[in-house]
Amino acid sequence: MSEIELRSAGPILEMRNISKTFGKLRALRNVQFSVAEGEIHALMGENGAGKSTLMKILAGAIRPDAGSEISIGGTLVAMTGPMAAKALGIAVIYQELSLSPNLSVAENIYLGRELRGKGLAAGWLDRTAMIEGSAEVLRRLGASFTADAKVCDLTLAERQLVEIARAVHSNSKILIMDEPTTTLSERETERLFTIIRALRDEGLAIVYISHRMEEIYELSDRVTVLRDGTYVGTLETHAISPNAIVQMMVGRDISTFYKKNHDAHNLRGKPILSVKGMSDARRVKDCSLELHENEVLGIAGLVGAGRTELARLIYGADRSSAGSVAVDGVVKRIATPLDAIRAGILYLTEDRKELGLFLDMSICNNINVGVASRDARMGGLLNFRKSRERSAQAIKDLNIKVTSPKGLVGALSGGNQQKVLLSRLLELNPRVLILDEPTRGVDIGAKSEIYRLIDNLAQRGIGVIVISSELPELIGICDRVLVMREGRIAGELGGPTNAAINQNNIAAILTAASECDVPEHRHPQYSNLESRAS
Amino acid sequence: MNASTGNALQDALKKHQLNFMPLIQTMGMLPVLLILCILFQLVTGYAETADFSHAWQSGRFLSWQNLSIIAQQASINTVLGAGMTFVILTGGIDLSVGSILAASAMVAVSISLVPGASFLAFPAALAGGLVLGLCNGGLIAFLRLPPFIVTLGSMTAVRGLARLLGNDTTVFNPDLPFAFIGNGSIFNIPWLVVIAFATVVISWAVLRRTVLGLHIYAVGGSPDAARLSGIRVPLVLLFVYGVSGLLSGLGGAMSAARLYAANGLQLGQSYELDAIAAVILGGTSFVGGVGSIWGTLIGALIISVLTNGLVLTGVSDIWQFIIKGFVIIGAVALDRYRLRGSART
Repeated sequence: MSEIELRSAGPILEMRNISKTFGKLRALRNVQFSVAEGEIHALMGENGAGKSTLMKILAGAIRPDAGSEISIGGTLVAMTGPMAAKALGIAVIYQELSLSPNLSVAENIYLGRELRGKGLAAGWLDRTAMIEGSAEVLRRLGASFTADAKVCDLTLAERQLVEIARAVHSNSKILIMDEPTTTLSERETERLFTIIRALRDEGLAIVYISHRMEEIYELSDRVTVLRDGTYVGTLETHAISPNAIVQMMVGRDISTFYKKNHDAHNLRGKPILSVKGMSDARRVKDCSLELHENEVLGIAGLVGAGRTELARLIYGADRSSAGSVAVDGVVKRIATPLDAIRAGILYLTEDRKELGLFLDMSICNNINVGVASRDARMGGLLNFRKSRERSAQAIKDLNIKVTSPKGLVGALSGGNQQKVLLSRLLELNPRVLILDEPTRGVDIGAKSEIYRLIDNLAQRGIGVIVISSELPELIGICDRVLVMREGRIAGELGGPTNAAINQNNIAAILTAASECDVPEHRHPQYSNLESRAS
Repeated sequence: MNASTGNALQDALKKHQLNFMPLIQTMGMLPVLLILCILFQLVTGYAETADFSHAWQSGRFLSWQNLSIIAQQASINTVLGAGMTFVILTGGIDLSVGSILAASAMVAVSISLVPGASFLAFPAALAGGLVLGLCNGGLIAFLRLPPFIVTLGSMTAVRGLARLLGNDTTVFNPDLPFAFIGNGSIFNIPWLVVIAFATVVISWAVLRRTVLGLHIYAVGGSPDAARLSGIRVPLVLLFVYGVSGLLSGLGGAMSAARLYAANGLQLGQSYELDAIAAVILGGTSFVGGVGSIWGTLIGALIISVLTNGLVLTGVSDIWQFIIKGFVIIGAVALDRYRLRGSART
């Protein structure tokens, strides 16, 4: 505590009222963020929370809306572009490294600021001077390679070090690191952390973005959490439990949420869907689940836990390496989405613009595209009367706001687009409905309509699986919740035998450190916190 | 009061726009076609009389005979363009149509020379084209190779095959059994034009009236979304390349019928470029999912009108190429400008 106070001489970077709108979408709304000299400041939030947008604004890659204020060292600055950001001492170490692999380390460090020869050699590159200049920085960072090595011969960790060297060498004051450890081994991560701490002690301000809770606790002094493009709070990392951070990330306003009508404990019918040992040799490891009639089953988990991947395996969208899917007790061979549809399993994608809707087609065609071949006359002619009836009925049933069913689906709002996609699935009479983030990018009104729809479907006997990153949503609508972590189903809540579905219980499973992936010796602070939190 | 009527008007306008949107899209290049026709009529008339006031009456372009020639010249390109429309609607490309046309023509003329089997010549052209198209489609659909590369390869390979079929010579048959389609007429309309128009109408029916057509548009709009909604994407791709091959075979029969002969080296050279130009002029999106067969018809007519008009006005062969190129680019630029924001390119 006292150490932090000593170091924080006042923020070197201060961002106030940062807003950014892309078309109709508000990516950031009055966000604030500040970093002090000699501080490692973690920035956290789920995907789509606005972390990268905020950092892109700081790096000058995109411009914020009017009214946003950025000041560096106490003076207001205009971030007019990447060059301006660099000149102000801001450097970004990107996830995908931005080095030229065909050039040498020294050339990369001096990229854009190359040294030119003097006298007769004017205009020519002065390689010797560049190598000498780089060698000094590399020595400071403890690099094990030389400045004349080719970048393509280096490991990923070494390349990252070159990026850091470049930032340090250009006298950057603020270093932004976006998920720097995703591709590193444990040893490399340790070394990187040593370097980051050393840089902090030299007075650099470091913004550290990561999804890994352990790293946040091991490294950062303070943490700022964003959610849905808004600022949730900034706290000293060691004064807050991982549980609390997760709750800040996923939202806590349970009271405003929808409460389900149906009671699965009374209705719960026979099992419909049974998935056993589903794996894909990459992200999903040995997942089994059972879904009953009338049941809404939630799947919780942080980004990258493998929820979408599991759903896509069940639906046959990706190839599984092991596992089986049975519907009504009969094992089905599901190799393609068409097989799944025929077995009565339907999947609502989380990415409706890219993987769901046909934006250039009419609302009517989007609703009917799945069922068109079932309705066809004379073995392949479109049945226009039937499709008009179906789309009119769907528009009425789901209260889709359209000017005409012939209008393009791309012109609709997010909520109405989602309803169109949902009605496409419902036309196919699903037995099992897997909804992946069914309310993402959907306004509040349409959200509660979708919750009511899910409720109705469950009452009609359909088994519904809901994947969601919003815990309150899962708590509000699900009868049972499975929690996924690192490709496995790590726990189950609700139902007749398990602990109750609530925020604390879910967060506990989400953050629980299993022995295999978080060794004791590596994260002393983290394990301390665990015991303190419980 | 005022505001509400204003809103009502806006709504009405919106509805209007929505309902007429497909019409506007197909109309797209029609004005360009009409302007070109009027322009050539005036220019040919002026060249005749050197007098603007009589240019319109004495123009040679808009005569019944000349228009019939234009339609015949456009017919083969229309047929190839129809097949190309299927392919481009899925976001693909077929560079091999000219070569397949040549190979099919060689097959047709060669078989017509076989005593007793000459009645098989026309079906053989179609079958040959279909098989070659299905080969393209199979490689693209099942091995997931890029369409540009597959058809670039088959363009070269099939050209070689076409030369091989006639031992690199021109094959003649003065008694070609299906020669009437190249030179005959029905009710005073040339068979070539009838075939081209029938191809367009059937293509329209398949694209707009069948489930398969809906699936073609869906695959072009987003192949991933199509797969997730249960469409068998590989079969759709196999179909469109098959159609393109089949129609190239038909084009081969039409060429052979006009000439009573076929030559593996010269026939159909760079026809693929004219077919692609017709599709693009017709407003079909190069990334797939948006477009119509009527646009392709108009695109093919524009190309044919340009060629014919430039010849009539006495523009040299070299300048014809340059002008055609610029008209294609200019017309598409105009179209994109008009549809800016509403459609993708």
